[in-house]
Amino acid sequence: MKVAFLGATKGMGRALARLLAERGDPLFLLGRDPIDLEKSARDLEVRAGKGRVGTAACDLEKPEGFAAALDAAEAGLGGLDAVIVTAGLFATQDRLEEDVELARRLLTIDFAHTVVFCEHARKRLLARGGGTLCVFSSVAGERGRKPVALYGAAKAGLTRYLEALDHKFRAQGLRTVCVKPGFVKTSMTDGLPAPPFAGEPEAVARRVLRAIDRGEPVVYVPGAWRWVMLVIRSLPRSVMRRVGF
Amino acid sequence: MHEKTGPRLSGWGRIAVAGREVRSEDLERITRDVPLSRGLGRSYGDSSLPPPGRPVVAGSRLADRILAFDETTGLLRAEAGLSLFDLNRVFLPRGFFDPVAPGTQFITLGGMVAADVHGKSHHRAGSFDAHVTRLKMRVADGRIVECSREVEPDLFRATLGGMGLTGHILEVECRLLRVPSPWIHAESERVPDIDRFIDALKEAGPHWPYTVGWIDCLSRGSRMGRGILNRGRWADPAEAPGGRPPPRRRPSVPFVLPGWVIDRWSVKAFNAVFYRSHVPRVRRRILHPESFFYPLDVVRHWNRLYGPRGFTQYQCVLPESAGRGAARRFLELLTSRGGASMLCVIKDCGPEGIGLLSFPKAGTSIALDLSIRDHTQALVDALNELVIAEGGRVYLAKDALTRGEHYRAMEPRLDAFLAVRRKWDPQGKLRSAQSVRILGDRP
Repeated sequence: MKVAFLGATKGMGRALARLLAERGDPLFLLGRDPIDLEKSARDLEVRAGKGRVGTAACDLEKPEGFAAALDAAEAGLGGLDAVIVTAGLFATQDRLEEDVELARRLLTIDFAHTVVFCEHARKRLLARGGGTLCVFSSVAGERGRKPVALYGAAKAGLTRYLEALDHKFRAQGLRTVCVKPGFVKTSMTDGLPAPPFAGEPEAVARRVLRAIDRGEPVVYVPGAWRWVMLVIRSLPRSVMRRVGF
Repeated sequence: MHEKTGPRLSGWGRIAVAGREVRSEDLERITRDVPLSRGLGRSYGDSSLPPPGRPVVAGSRLADRILAFDETTGLLRAEAGLSLFDLNRVFLPRGFFDPVAPGTQFITLGGMVAADVHGKSHHRAGSFDAHVTRLKMRVADGRIVECSREVEPDLFRATLGGMGLTGHILEVECRLLRVPSPWIHAESERVPDIDRFIDALKEAGPHWPYTVGWIDCLSRGSRMGRGILNRGRWADPAEAPGGRPPPRRRPSVPFVLPGWVIDRWSVKAFNAVFYRSHVPRVRRRILHPESFFYPLDVVRHWNRLYGPRGFTQYQCVLPESAGRGAARRFLELLTSRGGASMLCVIKDCGPEGIGLLSFPKAGTSIALDLSIRDHTQALVDALNELVIAEGGRVYLAKDALTRGEHYRAMEPRLDAFLAVRRKWDPQGKLRSAQSVRILGDRP
């Protein structure tokens, strides 16, 4: 499976890219910082033990570069079977409420620009007769919740978009995988108090890889979050107003 | 000394202090203004813990990329947070292994440098300092510096075994060992007392790359220091089973056991069963490398066995100059003081390496786990006085209780180390709970 990967340098993306590399899938990395991308590419090459991992600059704040980045990936890989997006911006609700400009950036990156990137990717995959588009959304988009009002809104929009892609294009061969991580112990969540069911990135990556291989449209990681969110989605508004989560 | 509320950090011995670890893939960013970095927190005492006044430390475990590897020479360069577990998982199937074989694989490259780790091959391969070729560090004034035997050699030598007190280790370049197969040909033998144990270790050294022994340190008299000696070498491809060693399951100790579970009587029973069940006297087997090198890694969180007050490990080296009787004198003192240790590991060490504060030197190393009890400080003090008299020293990566004056008395190289440290960190920015305790750094 030839994979273009946006966000493989950190966290769950790093863990997932390593699993792909170790089983021999050719990778092409997209990301913001060229030096950081090169280091991750070398890491993946050594772990794979064969092949070269190419890189190209791609910044979710600069949508004008998306097409060129995906062109570079397609050329570098000599084809394209899957596009994976783990990149995004995170900030706590307190910080986003203090800093409206940061909120604007986050909403733009995590929703509008991610969707635009997916549109470019989707068209390329469909032109090749199909493929897999795996995108990391979040359980934060499952319900309007106090601690993730803004981040959750962006992820809710992204989740709906991915759901519609699955409905519209699955018959044409596009397999959309929407990943909904709960709390996972990565640098993104470092310093936040870890709730029960907090996951490790390596375990999350193994579960996501299985979902990609099977073409599961939605995957909660760790799996317990499916049931946690089922409960939270069913709570009445009067309760949601009172509780802190 | 430390307040009870707020985030706390502890080493493997589970003795906690106020502290918090900031983790990021970007080690250069998080090491900018902290007194210390830490890896997987496997040092037993307070080596990886912050000084009381500066509770935030940098955690390196997410900075774990392999940056380069040369199959022809075995030369590896990686970020400091790469774990030995990951390293072995990637490289053992390709015929490479870490050159020193320490007792756990849940440690990082940066930690291996800082503690200058050694293992079952010390009599042949030396400690990690013999295999590290280059380091990239953030030093106290904020600069990023590369050092090696040729470039800034004083910093290089002080950092090997320097417990992270000379700078933050960012990247490590070292040479891996080429091995003929991923399996171990192992022999184990029952040995009836300490004197014969020391002889058996010495005899095995020239023939076996890996030697280590477990001794019963509760038996007295003619059985004092009886135990099991393990010898090993990499299996030839012809004698090795086909295929790779499979990944192993790791059950966990799910919660902290009460303090009375490991006491004198349970340890005595365990030791007797362990010794007597080794039949016949000599056993030969092909072993999974993890069974041979990391028997304790099989159980996750085994540090919870030692109860709520935690535990420490006392590891010292008794030099050759002290003669064969030193180990017996050590065990006599230990047994007379009633120190019960389920794990007492004995090993012969080769010559001292280039690290300015590296632990090993030619002689016999003895390591024992001690639950924290009211008398543990007094026991450690007494053992330290014996070790000073014999000309030996203790291993800082295990230590939680050694007093500053005792450490200074056993470490003639300390002034040379402190001089390098003053040159690179004149304001004393880099320090740990351990350096405050032992080296008298400001809190």
